[in-house]
Amino acid sequence: MSAILVYALHYEGEFNKNSLGAVSEGGKLAKELGGECAAVVVGEGDDLTDDLCASLGNYGASKVFRAKAPEGLAQPVVDVMAKVIQENDFKYALFGGGLLGFEIGAGLTARLNAGVTMEVTAVKAQDGKLVAERPILQDSAIVDVGYVGEPGIVIGRLNAFDVAEDGDGAAEVIDVDVQLEEHSTKAVMVQRGEQRGADVNIEDAEILVAGGRGLGNAEGFELAEALAEALGGAVAATRAVVDAGWYPYAAQIGQTGKTVAPKLYLAAGISGAIQHKVGMQNSENIVAINKDPNAPIFEFSDLGVVGDLNKILPKLTDAVKAKKG
Amino acid sequence: MSTAPVEFPPPVDSAKEFIAAPTDPEDERIEVGVVIVGGGPAGLACAIRLTQLLAEDEAMLEALGEVPIALVEKGKTTGSHLLSGAMMNPSAMKKLFPDLPEEDWPTYGAVDTDAVYLLPNRKRAIPLKPTPPPFRNHGNHVTSVAQLGRWLGEKVEEGGVYLLGETAAATLLVEDGRVVGVRSGDKGRGRDGEELSNFEPGADLIAKATVLCEGTQGHLTGAAIRHFEIGSEDPQQWELGVKEVWEVEKPLDRVIHTMGWPLRFAAKYREFGGSFIYPMGEDRISMGLVVGLDYRDARFSAHDALQQLKSHPLVADLIEGGKRVGWGAKTLPSGGFWARPKRLWAPGMAICGDGAGMVNVPTLKGVHYAMHAGMFAAESIYERLKASGNCDDLSSYEAKVEESEIQKDQYRSRNMRQPFAKGFFVGGAVANLMEISGGRIPGGRWATHDDATVDVFVGPERDYPKPDGKTTFDKLSSVFASGNATRDDAPNHIRIQEKVPLEVALMWQNMCPAQVYEVPEEELEAARRDGNLDGKHEVALQVTPSNCVQCGAITAKGGRLTPPEGGDGPNYQAT
Amino acid sequence: MKICVLVKEVPDAAVEKRMDPATGRLDRSGEKNLNPFDTHAIEAAMQVREGGAVEVDEIVAVTMGPESAFRALHKAVSLGADRSVHLSDEALAGSDVCATGYALARVLESESPDLVLLGQQSDDGECYTIGAVVADHLKMPSLTQVIKIDVEGGNLRCERQAEYGYDTVEVEMPAVISVGDAINEPRYPSLKAIMGAKKKQLDTKSAGEVGIEPDRVGEEGSRTSVLAVNPPAQKEPGEIIEDEDTNETVEKIVGWLEERKLLA
Repeated sequence: MSAILVYALHYEGEFNKNSLGAVSEGGKLAKELGGECAAVVVGEGDDLTDDLCASLGNYGASKVFRAKAPEGLAQPVVDVMAKVIQENDFKYALFGGGLLGFEIGAGLTARLNAGVTMEVTAVKAQDGKLVAERPILQDSAIVDVGYVGEPGIVIGRLNAFDVAEDGDGAAEVIDVDVQLEEHSTKAVMVQRGEQRGADVNIEDAEILVAGGRGLGNAEGFELAEALAEALGGAVAATRAVVDAGWYPYAAQIGQTGKTVAPKLYLAAGISGAIQHKVGMQNSENIVAINKDPNAPIFEFSDLGVVGDLNKILPKLTDAVKAKKG
Repeated sequence: MSTAPVEFPPPVDSAKEFIAAPTDPEDERIEVGVVIVGGGPAGLACAIRLTQLLAEDEAMLEALGEVPIALVEKGKTTGSHLLSGAMMNPSAMKKLFPDLPEEDWPTYGAVDTDAVYLLPNRKRAIPLKPTPPPFRNHGNHVTSVAQLGRWLGEKVEEGGVYLLGETAAATLLVEDGRVVGVRSGDKGRGRDGEELSNFEPGADLIAKATVLCEGTQGHLTGAAIRHFEIGSEDPQQWELGVKEVWEVEKPLDRVIHTMGWPLRFAAKYREFGGSFIYPMGEDRISMGLVVGLDYRDARFSAHDALQQLKSHPLVADLIEGGKRVGWGAKTLPSGGFWARPKRLWAPGMAICGDGAGMVNVPTLKGVHYAMHAGMFAAESIYERLKASGNCDDLSSYEAKVEESEIQKDQYRSRNMRQPFAKGFFVGGAVANLMEISGGRIPGGRWATHDDATVDVFVGPERDYPKPDGKTTFDKLSSVFASGNATRDDAPNHIRIQEKVPLEVALMWQNMCPAQVYEVPEEELEAARRDGNLDGKHEVALQVTPSNCVQCGAITAKGGRLTPPEGGDGPNYQAT
Repeated sequence: MKICVLVKEVPDAAVEKRMDPATGRLDRSGEKNLNPFDTHAIEAAMQVREGGAVEVDEIVAVTMGPESAFRALHKAVSLGADRSVHLSDEALAGSDVCATGYALARVLESESPDLVLLGQQSDDGECYTIGAVVADHLKMPSLTQVIKIDVEGGNLRCERQAEYGYDTVEVEMPAVISVGDAINEPRYPSLKAIMGAKKKQLDTKSAGEVGIEPDRVGEEGSRTSVLAVNPPAQKEPGEIIEDEDTNETVEKIVGWLEERKLLA
């Protein structure tokens, strides 16, 4: 039975990490449903080689459907996936986190009159069907969502699915020919993937080193910057220090600043008042360094260090550099 | 050594800054019939009463033009900035909505049982029986004014009034000695007052009558009183109330008031006030601590005293297993009869409610007076417009107030607050005497005093509880719970001297329930090292205006609150 | 050119959000506001009009919601929309993303817009995708998370931040564009505009009037169902290290980070 079709995004010859996670998840769930997991890749270049596509088999896809169509845009993929799903009778479409997954999944919702759940953090198989779990209301509750009819569309949250090389070997690559809808040709990519290094968007950083009043003064941010560099992350700031002019507003996290959810949030000299907490509480790993053992941040950090950040940060930076080689 | 905040007046001259002639070109001014400033009980009752009168008078309605009534409210909506106990006397609602049965009011109904306790210390509670007269609340409705404001606001809009939320009235427009309207506040200014990319200037609202219902610390009210020189000889005094709303497991069946702990009895502290605990239906209670702002110890913090109160067995028992669902703070005027402005009107203008000091202090009532006053203003304006087509003479409004229960009640208790300056027990004894004698003994005129003239000293550290986030809370998380999400780069709306002696700075830091003022750690350390905390050691105060919940305490104690951008501040839901 | 801006009324940020245990749906009582992201969409529409590159005849605010949603429309009009359309019908209550997208597409079709703008997400649904659903029904090109729009010769040149950096995409109109909050700083409405909002044309439409088939909307027509609402997973209490020997402390931190593959 064709159970799950997973979209695999690629760029310059490599598959997106979130897509690999989705394929891994798809493979696992398909087994539980007693069916097959397949992947679909869409591109126009030579980098979608047979080998590259077949490698998705290592993650759990038994087949890979490959179509030639514009890259980086959602609607051509909607046309491709709609055809593949209907011709092969897939029960579910699965997407890893990321913008395109949202757009494609949503388009499919309309095209196939299907149920869709987004920001999914976990999926389970129950009585031969999939149930998606997702947080709602700013993460204050988790709902279990079931699907009415087929197919059902599952769109994962960023980093929700772990990459696992549990596949059965190389996947079969099948080329499909798809006639694109007229409207799918009306958006044309002019430039893709432009890096704008100067203004790093902290909302996208996987690692953030955030500084608060405990840094003492504007120069204290040099410690944060050094550590961020060593870790390969960006620097963020609390409202209090932005108010005091120690760091720019673009880096402010909190109720009146940005909301982030990086893999690692290292808070140095931050007390953890709720106005700040609401901007970063969904970070996967929270490390806090503060000299006040009563600082509220220790109530929700995963690792709390009570100590003088002026002593700890420089040594930590050196140790991290050494570890990373 | 101690210092009085009044020695460090805020850099503001309200009459000069907030009173001006209209500046918009004539064809851009917005013409309305009547403009009401403030969407609290007074303003809303005024709007509704006017609507009722105009409904019976097509000709007058026409004459008032396209926008007969406009109501300007600086909060997100009517109710967002409202906070009170409250045990509302039903007389005003009955008068405004004679055909609406009481069970349909947006209140929690009347509660039959009253209980008053004297708390001598953190453990004991002495019931005072029979209930002292000011605390008898038979027939009064437990009310959340935040909810009442929203309900009245809906009625106001249904009646066709233009309810302009998120709009501050920044300037009172006066021309040739007459009030001709208000100018709304600018939006989109940056921290230094500069115009941001989305800057939108305010607009001149021209009206035949302007009714100021701004509540405690009325911004334009203060300026108007100075400009028209209608202030009383006796300065106004204020109390600060900090309140929480709790979801509870056990329903509360009575209205509770307490006096005493954690406020200090000794005269040198001058801590006058008490607490209230009211049931809000079956599953919620509201509780608050109210304290006079003429206290002397710079370490006193009303917010923390409320947190402390919750550890008393009487209160702890009520909230066990419960959850805090709301917090807020607001001042109320407590100068009573003598501190009311000596005139309540000027050509084209009337002042109603808390802004005019219409609060009965011993009973802590003001909501129904505000509504009555709003209705009187509406009636007076209507009568004058009919008779002469203008509102240059609103003396009939004042006459109505003087003939009403507002006057009667306030006069009766005119000297009841002042004796407490002599400490709790002396004050209590004198107040009782007055109550029993209906205000006649000891008689005379007890002068009120300006809270900012009271000198402050730094007492020993208080034993306030460390917030645990479940029963007791810190100020910042409380500000968050008030719904305050003011933008950080807004201009500072608080006028205050930023270099003041430590004892004044500390007093402000502890007084403010929203942690707007902070004495930097280093300064505190430096003063400690110098050996004394009193002694006029000057410090540079740190001000975080975006925390402000606009309670008004700072205006009573040496600074001045002006309205920030419309829409800023708390968004009270159930206070 | 006609621009339709899709707006939504959502609970105010200050109101405690909760699911109604009785219905399993979001408890929508309490204060409501125009979805903050939609104010950016209206501003974007105004900037297209004021930019002058193309003549915008009308900006129409469109919403699907209960009776109270007219307030969101008034707000949209005070921010610059010329008139508004309110799709309101009992049959629509309980619609999921699939049903909502279908219904919105039908009402938009009745307006024949050249450009549909909307905020990329709403404070309450947190779905981030309605634009793409609507676009497929309307057979229009669509982009989400757009942070810059320029009108050039009847086409749109859009910038958006995607997985690999900033993409620049040219889109032919008619099109559906969902905007992020970084796109602009919404203006404040002037008092005159706020007061004038009540008088602007507001058309209320029922589901039948715009050709919505009842079996495709509402709770019955939804293609997902909420099976359970659970409190969030309790976070494990964290570890606390007291720094005495900083070298040791740092070693512990690095070990901790390594364990979690954060030093990759």
